[in-house]
Amino acid sequence: MTDHHHADHEHEHPTWTQYKWVAIVLTAITAVEVWIYYTPFKDSPLFVPVLLIMSAVKFAIVVLFYMHLKYDHKLFKALFTGPLIIAMCTIMALLFLFKKLSI
Amino acid sequence: MATASADHAHEHVHYTTTGLDHRKIAIWAFIGSECMLFASLISTYLIYKGRSIVGPFPHEAWTSPSGQKFNAILNIPVTSMSTFVLLMSSLAMVLALAAVENRGKPGYVGTALGNSKLWLAATALLGATFLGFQAFEFTSFVHEGLTIKTNLFGSSFFTLTGFHGAHVTVGVLWLLTLLAIDFKRGLTPKDALIVDICALYWHFVDVVWIAIFTLVYLIK
Amino acid sequence: MATIAASPTHAGNHAASETGLWSWISTVDHKRIGTLYLFTALFFFLFGGLEAFVIRLQLAQPNGHVVSAEFYNQLFTMHGTTMVFLAVMPLSAAFFNYLIPLQIGARDVAFPRLNAFSYWVYLLGGIFITVPIFFGLAPNGGWFGYAPLTTIQFSGGLNIDFWVMGLQILGISSLAAAFNFITTIINMRAPGMTLMRMPMFTWMSFIVQFLLVLAFPPITIALVFLLFDRFFGTQFYAIAAGADPLLWQHLFWVFGHPEVYILILPAFGLVSEILPTFSKKPLFGYHVMVYSGIMIGFLGFGVWAHHMFAVGMGATADAIFSMATMLIAIPTGVKIFNWIATMWAGEVRFTTPMKFAIGLVALFTIGGISGVMHSSAPADTQQTDTYFIVAHFHYVLFGGSIMGIFGGIYHYFPKMFGRYMSEKLGTWHFWLNFVGMNLTFFPMHFSGLLGMPRRIYTYDAGQGWEKFNMASTIGTVLLVIATFVFVVNFLKSRKGGTPAPNDAWGAGTLEWSIPSPPPDYNFAEIPVVTSRYPLWDVKHPEMTADLAHSGPDAMTITDAHATPVHEETSRKTAAELGIPMPFPTVKPLFTALGIVIMFAGLLFMHLDKFALAMTITIGGASLMVGSLYAWLTSPLE
Repeated sequence: MTDHHHADHEHEHPTWTQYKWVAIVLTAITAVEVWIYYTPFKDSPLFVPVLLIMSAVKFAIVVLFYMHLKYDHKLFKALFTGPLIIAMCTIMALLFLFKKLSI
Repeated sequence: MATASADHAHEHVHYTTTGLDHRKIAIWAFIGSECMLFASLISTYLIYKGRSIVGPFPHEAWTSPSGQKFNAILNIPVTSMSTFVLLMSSLAMVLALAAVENRGKPGYVGTALGNSKLWLAATALLGATFLGFQAFEFTSFVHEGLTIKTNLFGSSFFTLTGFHGAHVTVGVLWLLTLLAIDFKRGLTPKDALIVDICALYWHFVDVVWIAIFTLVYLIK
Repeated sequence: MATIAASPTHAGNHAASETGLWSWISTVDHKRIGTLYLFTALFFFLFGGLEAFVIRLQLAQPNGHVVSAEFYNQLFTMHGTTMVFLAVMPLSAAFFNYLIPLQIGARDVAFPRLNAFSYWVYLLGGIFITVPIFFGLAPNGGWFGYAPLTTIQFSGGLNIDFWVMGLQILGISSLAAAFNFITTIINMRAPGMTLMRMPMFTWMSFIVQFLLVLAFPPITIALVFLLFDRFFGTQFYAIAAGADPLLWQHLFWVFGHPEVYILILPAFGLVSEILPTFSKKPLFGYHVMVYSGIMIGFLGFGVWAHHMFAVGMGATADAIFSMATMLIAIPTGVKIFNWIATMWAGEVRFTTPMKFAIGLVALFTIGGISGVMHSSAPADTQQTDTYFIVAHFHYVLFGGSIMGIFGGIYHYFPKMFGRYMSEKLGTWHFWLNFVGMNLTFFPMHFSGLLGMPRRIYTYDAGQGWEKFNMASTIGTVLLVIATFVFVVNFLKSRKGGTPAPNDAWGAGTLEWSIPSPPPDYNFAEIPVVTSRYPLWDVKHPEMTADLAHSGPDAMTITDAHATPVHEETSRKTAAELGIPMPFPTVKPLFTALGIVIMFAGLLFMHLDKFALAMTITIGGASLMVGSLYAWLTSPLE
């Protein structure tokens, strides 16, 4: 069994460059989200899925990079993704049960 | 297997199975729990979307039976601004953590990048600005005829965003506490963990807003 | 924040006072907190049982006059609320607290002061929700408090206010404890104790903590909505404003179904400790038991609407939830078979804990069978809201959870108090309990299928229900006697029972390697664990020969204080051994008090005393914030 050092010493860190790029991407996606809200695309059936995907990307990059889940011990990935999946499934199940979504 | 360092006469580091700090594990478990909390609030908002019998409504104008006219109440441009502010606060937060973690290292000494007080204050200020936007939004909605009691939209909207705002408030107070400690005795790399925990909380609150902004404001 | 893991300790550990009220009020020791939970929960168990007894007196005969209809509503509401939130969950918590650190080879939990906080919030919340019954103001909307019935329009008194706020308070207790135990189990296991070497009680408890942190938020929100509706005029459950009458039900049962697994899994864990000990064999199918527990936990989030088969969700929803419910019977059934296989060809000793454990296996199976019958949505349309359901859940909760917990109490009493409980009284308790429980609840299957609804305070003669109700009431009398026998046994044995050694029963897990009762630091030296049954490895290696092992030299013992597993007999103090102990403190108690006062203040709004309400609420909030600040800025040890 090898010794593990305290997690902070060994794991990689996002660098300033990466942080800057995350911020730029977050701003850009937000700008696109707001922009399409004011275009005719908002009446297309693709509007909602596209928005959801963009938000999911923002969500993911904040979690992976700012919360450095990508670089941390895999325990934290487990502690977060399990509940996240249950939460997502619960929202979808409730929307279905209240007839907001159809299968 | 994880190490516990040898006991010093004056210091005792507790053995842990994973080599990770208890508090970091606890905050991630807490964040998992908060996913379900906000999932319940968001679900209710989505369930009640479009089911209010009286207005004002989020995205449509409404004329009351007595003839009073109400505009669509959500203000996308203003909320886009506050969303941007909150996103930038997350950037400030990672920089604050980096400043604390890398205190004394080349590239951080004497530079803006290494100024933890600056970034902690910036995060708190941006967070407070977001709250300011929320306060402005809430009061203007009340002026425009939407209170928490008015209809299903008002109840679910104010409760959802109110809970989020309360979380932001706690975060701002937490940041100010860290800032106070930084002024009092300085935050060293040994304090990186407590800054990290605040940061994880802060980013999560930001991430919840990403969901709320899309689901409440942008989707009709 | 000063509570950093590497903060300097105070070399002169002042010994906490060992006795006296103050030592209990300021304790942060998991064993004392577990003991507090045990006594408090047993008290509430008796109180909830008394409520049940009065219910049964009222229902013994048609057109009973023992209590009014209104008071009857309070009785069944409080019986359910008390048993679920103030008895069974805290009894499980007593074991989480006492046992988990001992089973994993730790000296305490990850956050000792948070642990104390959880207990005080429970005690104060329990008092808050129980005292109203003495004024005829007890919650009266059922333990599940369906809105819109519980909105102010239909429930105008203070009763439901107590319920809403009481449950919010109790939820805080459970959540705080769950974060604590998750961290403890992940991070404080002794060297060599991989997850797949943890004792089964710790495993089941681990799963339960995740259920808690994921299930309580939905009910927190449901209660927030109800509180806001009742106090601030929001519209969440206001039908006239377009609210959906099912919102409460869904949110409640998204919590409520995982809640029942929260209620049963700890008892399952206890049985999985007791059966191997008294069969002199390792638990059969350890891996399967772990994975089935995880499956039950996970699937438990997908079956909630089986409580709502009669509300008209539509065929698709009904079908999906039916199938999911049937599916969850599989991992549960698997456990029954593994327990039987554990006993099979074992050297079985029928001690009292063993009787209760076997009792659980038998009675839970009966409850499980009726459960599978409910899982079919069409069949459930007849069964729902009748005594058939009451029969089911009492078989699984009484025959299951309570039996398991009693087994655990008899099993761990020697560890906790250093003395055995009386086997003779224990045997009487078991049989009175077993016969009484079956006599009380089995007839309910019949009265239920004959159409007797739940929650009625009386019934007319001539519907064929009389003899079943009378039988249930007689059974209840037996249960009262059984419980009395237990209480006598418990109290007498604390000082008068036969003294017990470290290893009271010849068991195989770490908690049996230390003295009974354990010293405050638990382990003088943290042990290195070599298999799933570390103590059997040392004392009865032939019993664990077939299990995966690693010897002490296959593991780098990296903690300077870790040693091979051995029975500890040293009675040195923590100071003598150089083990830093956390400081006792009352800050968690005052934080808890602040929270309860905060909620209590709101009550005055419904008494039209707005200024008083604000004063009390703000006072409570200040106490909470002040105590919390003092707590966070003082060192742990």
